[in-house]
Amino acid sequence: MEHKEINLNLRIWRQKNAQDKGQFENYKAENISTEMSFLEMFDVLNERLINEGKDPIAFDHDCREGICGMCSMHINGRAHGPWDGTTTCQLHMRAFKDGETVTVEPWRAKAFPVLKDLTVDRSALDRIQQAGGYVSVNTGNAVDGNSLPIDKTKADASFDAAMCIGCGACVAACKNSSAMLFTSAKVSQYALLPQGQPERNTRVMNMVAQMDKEGFGACTNTGACEAECPKEISISNIARLNREYLSAQFSL
Amino acid sequence: MALNNRIPAGELAQKWSTYKSTCKLVNPANKRSIDIIVVGTGLAGASAAASLAELGYSVKTFCFQDSGRRAHSIAAQGGINAAKNYQNDGDSVYRLFYDTIKGGDYRAREANVHRLAEVSGSIIDQCVAQGVPFAREYGGLLSNRSFGGTQVQRTFYAAGQTGQQLLLGAYSAQMRQVAIGKIKEYNRHEMLDVVVIDGKARGIIARNLVTGEIERHGAHAVLLCTGGYGNVFFLSTNAMGSNVTAAWKAHKKGAFFGNPCFTQIHPTCIPVSGDHQSKLTLMSESLRNDGRIWVPKKQGETRKAIDIPEEERDYYLERRYPAFGNLVPRDVASRAAKERCDAGYGVGNSKMAVYLDFAAAILRYGKTECTKHGIANADDATAIRLGKEVVKEKYGNLFDMYEKITGENPYEMPMRIYPAVHYTMGGLWVDYELMTTVPGLYALGEANFSDHGANRLGASALMQGLADGYFVIPYTIGNYLADEIRTPKIDTKQPAFDEAENAVKERINHFINIKGQHSVDYFHKQLGKIMWDKCGMARNEKGLKEAIQEIRALREEFWKDLRVPGTASEMNPELDKAGRVADFLELGELMCLDALNRNESCGGHFREEFQTEEGEAMRVDENFMYVAAWESKKEGWELHKEDLVYDVIHPSQRNYK
Amino acid sequence: MSVTGIFLILFLIVHATVNGMIFFNDNGEMFNFYAHFLSHNWLLRIIEVGLFAGLILHIIQGLMLTGQNNQKRPVKYSVNPGNATSKWYSRSMGILGSLLLIFLVIHLSHFWLETKESLYVTHKEDSLFEEMKEVFSQLWVVIVYVCGVIALCWHLIHGFQSAFQTLGINSPKYNPLIKTIGIAYSLIICFAFSMMPIAIYLGWIQ
Repeated sequence: MEHKEINLNLRIWRQKNAQDKGQFENYKAENISTEMSFLEMFDVLNERLINEGKDPIAFDHDCREGICGMCSMHINGRAHGPWDGTTTCQLHMRAFKDGETVTVEPWRAKAFPVLKDLTVDRSALDRIQQAGGYVSVNTGNAVDGNSLPIDKTKADASFDAAMCIGCGACVAACKNSSAMLFTSAKVSQYALLPQGQPERNTRVMNMVAQMDKEGFGACTNTGACEAECPKEISISNIARLNREYLSAQFSL
Repeated sequence: MALNNRIPAGELAQKWSTYKSTCKLVNPANKRSIDIIVVGTGLAGASAAASLAELGYSVKTFCFQDSGRRAHSIAAQGGINAAKNYQNDGDSVYRLFYDTIKGGDYRAREANVHRLAEVSGSIIDQCVAQGVPFAREYGGLLSNRSFGGTQVQRTFYAAGQTGQQLLLGAYSAQMRQVAIGKIKEYNRHEMLDVVVIDGKARGIIARNLVTGEIERHGAHAVLLCTGGYGNVFFLSTNAMGSNVTAAWKAHKKGAFFGNPCFTQIHPTCIPVSGDHQSKLTLMSESLRNDGRIWVPKKQGETRKAIDIPEEERDYYLERRYPAFGNLVPRDVASRAAKERCDAGYGVGNSKMAVYLDFAAAILRYGKTECTKHGIANADDATAIRLGKEVVKEKYGNLFDMYEKITGENPYEMPMRIYPAVHYTMGGLWVDYELMTTVPGLYALGEANFSDHGANRLGASALMQGLADGYFVIPYTIGNYLADEIRTPKIDTKQPAFDEAENAVKERINHFINIKGQHSVDYFHKQLGKIMWDKCGMARNEKGLKEAIQEIRALREEFWKDLRVPGTASEMNPELDKAGRVADFLELGELMCLDALNRNESCGGHFREEFQTEEGEAMRVDENFMYVAAWESKKEGWELHKEDLVYDVIHPSQRNYK
Repeated sequence: MSVTGIFLILFLIVHATVNGMIFFNDNGEMFNFYAHFLSHNWLLRIIEVGLFAGLILHIIQGLMLTGQNNQKRPVKYSVNPGNATSKWYSRSMGILGSLLLIFLVIHLSHFWLETKESLYVTHKEDSLFEEMKEVFSQLWVVIVYVCGVIALCWHLIHGFQSAFQTLGINSPKYNPLIKTIGIAYSLIICFAFSMMPIAIYLGWIQ
């Protein structure tokens, strides 16, 4: 692939810790290869800041191949930046024009307090999972894997929901900071499988209750979560959650 | 100290069942008052933590990421092996065992590998029961595909995200135990030392990566499930945070390090594009099911791949290894790619890449689709269009990833790939019970050395991680803890904790106070280059000796000229990295030492001095049929040998022709 | 929101149909007949109470939802995605709803209050049709009504689909249908409503 070098003006949120108010600071990124990933551009910038004796920018990242869900930047108003279906770590500098100003902010939500710079605390998502995102089966209890055939279309739909990487982009993108897409993906994964049936009702009730307790907003069906989800998880899962929730509420 | 691998007596196939029936047990009431620390929450860690908590132990988990679900097991793409023989193609426990031993080039323990093959089926059952959405056939039953180094289809998968689905399954089991208080999670925590009291592991020192606080945690047993050390090469397919620190601290506290030089170079990764590169991305081995690997027959070819006619292409794997073709084991495929590139047949700007081509597969699938849809006399264009859809369904996410990274469309032109560091077969030496040489200190998953010998077969890492966590440790740990039921809760005010904590704090302050010129990455990149050039895909005596000197010099410079900004009492990612790279700088030397000691080629360890006339790895069984277990000494290391005894399999020259 | 929303959506069909009678251009005879029927049938009087309850519930739910959701992001983004990830009207249901509330106050004071006054206070039967003609003879009223109906239209385009989604009705098979009906419904209803003041003001209806 042909590559060129570009210069960017970066406007990056700096915040010392959770107590600090925080503010934007401007940086210049020069001679950035379009072959670089967005986070590699941050590596280059941080290397420079360290050499200049300044504090490098803290940001979450780990696998850098779009699957661990750790990276979390709000770039030019978009969760994970301008490319659809892409995590920040898989966003490449080809997406930007020479001379462009790029604003980078942390995920913003009451339920995701900023820890430092672009790093936020997403443990609320873990607690939603703890509220019911599992099948209660102890190790060793299982029957043979093929003893229970599962309709391929349902298994595939379950997998589509299970692809969620728990990055929180849905929350970041939602104007209400709602975690419905995340929660519904988990609920759907199990609701579609026979293994999930015994705990179906309690699961959805408990997970939704936990979601509300964590301070996430309510869903108003704007669809922004689906548009920003790096795994392109469908809001049909939210409809399924709603269905599950209603039927759980009316079940005897 | 003599190494005791504690392999039970008896027939190979009976060892594990005999062990399970005779090992000591801990009664449920006693389990409640026993604390276990699990460091790392990948497949091995999460599955162990969940299973042990289910049994009733009180568990604490630690991981440096913000959630247990982020561990790098999540990135495993292709699949997980299990000897289910659902395909009726001749698979069996013995065959999986045999393939794994052979794939590992006869440098793994028979007893461990047989146990692994025995429990492999239960792993699939367990995961299905947890709601892991494996790929299925239209009849609703589980689907399989084939992987390198085998001639049966035994790999279970969930698109290209098998690791993710399995990890989320284990994570969900872990979360269930967190919810009922049996597991206490410590995320964004990094283990910085093991506390050993009277020769037994009694706890850890960990740093809270958000506040910088140093914490003490006591336990009756400590499990290290901290993955591999591929990041010693700087560039690898590992996650940015993957590190050796936990294992290395254990090593410094008396745990032997087994076969450190055994690293796996994965043949199908996206090539390096420039100096800025921070990590390498794997393209799943499953692609070799359908993709064909080739280079031009002409050196220094300048035409585009699609302009090179069929007869001018060299499908070198199919040529050299007709029996296994593109599905030879990883070490063989990687070396073959390197051989072609070194000989001047490489492609791409860097000339350090080969093609992985799907054109034939697209056409083949397309024709099948045409038949299926009753399109008679379909032209190639129709077949290609339909074939692309099939390939998209099978490998879509991998193709998308390739396009995002390289900006090239792999449906239209062949992918460029090159080998990259992927997995480390070496790790903490453990006995049959997964216990290191420090009693009460265990190592599971990639962190131990045990099951893959000198080369791991594809789809076996997930199998081993989960086998260790779900089905091995719950039994073997009881055998140790049964004698610990009288040990009260570990008091973290003991002097050994003081000592360990002070040492940790001193080291951290030292990093901050060097105030040198260069960042951590500056040193890490140099270390990576030394390791890749001299202890990578091919090694020789001269290079290794040089590497050892270079690493020592680099280490000295690191401790004099490192710059870590910020303070110790805040979130400080540079400080975290400094500690990890300091350990890599020691590990790198040991890897070279081990590679230098092993005067043979086997699996992923290829010493240029030891090869056959055809360029294949040449083992020297009479001298090196052993596990090299290195003991850390005040100055350097001492080598201990655990002889590998093959009762059932007769080692031979691996032949994939 | 969805249940009350669907209830109001159904009401709008009745409302538009009855009011549409003016387009028969029969000097409001048909319209007055139905208006009289609606305001004097005891069953419909009960339904009217239900309607108001639904409306008030919808408003209260809406205000609470918007109010609560607004608190979930204490520090706002400096750059917002605009229409890249969602439709403006989907994000603006609170504002659209508030505009509708203001419009409703005006609308009810024009017609509903008048009718009730004549029904229960002055006890003389006014022609609702005459009243319409009178009210819609003022230009500013016509403009306010047309604006109100435009707000209603956007509110409905989101609301219709959203109600189904909230009730869990979302399937690839029916989504195109729901979407088409939702948009068609919103446009038809709002076109009908906006034509009433315009037609009367311009004297198309005598």
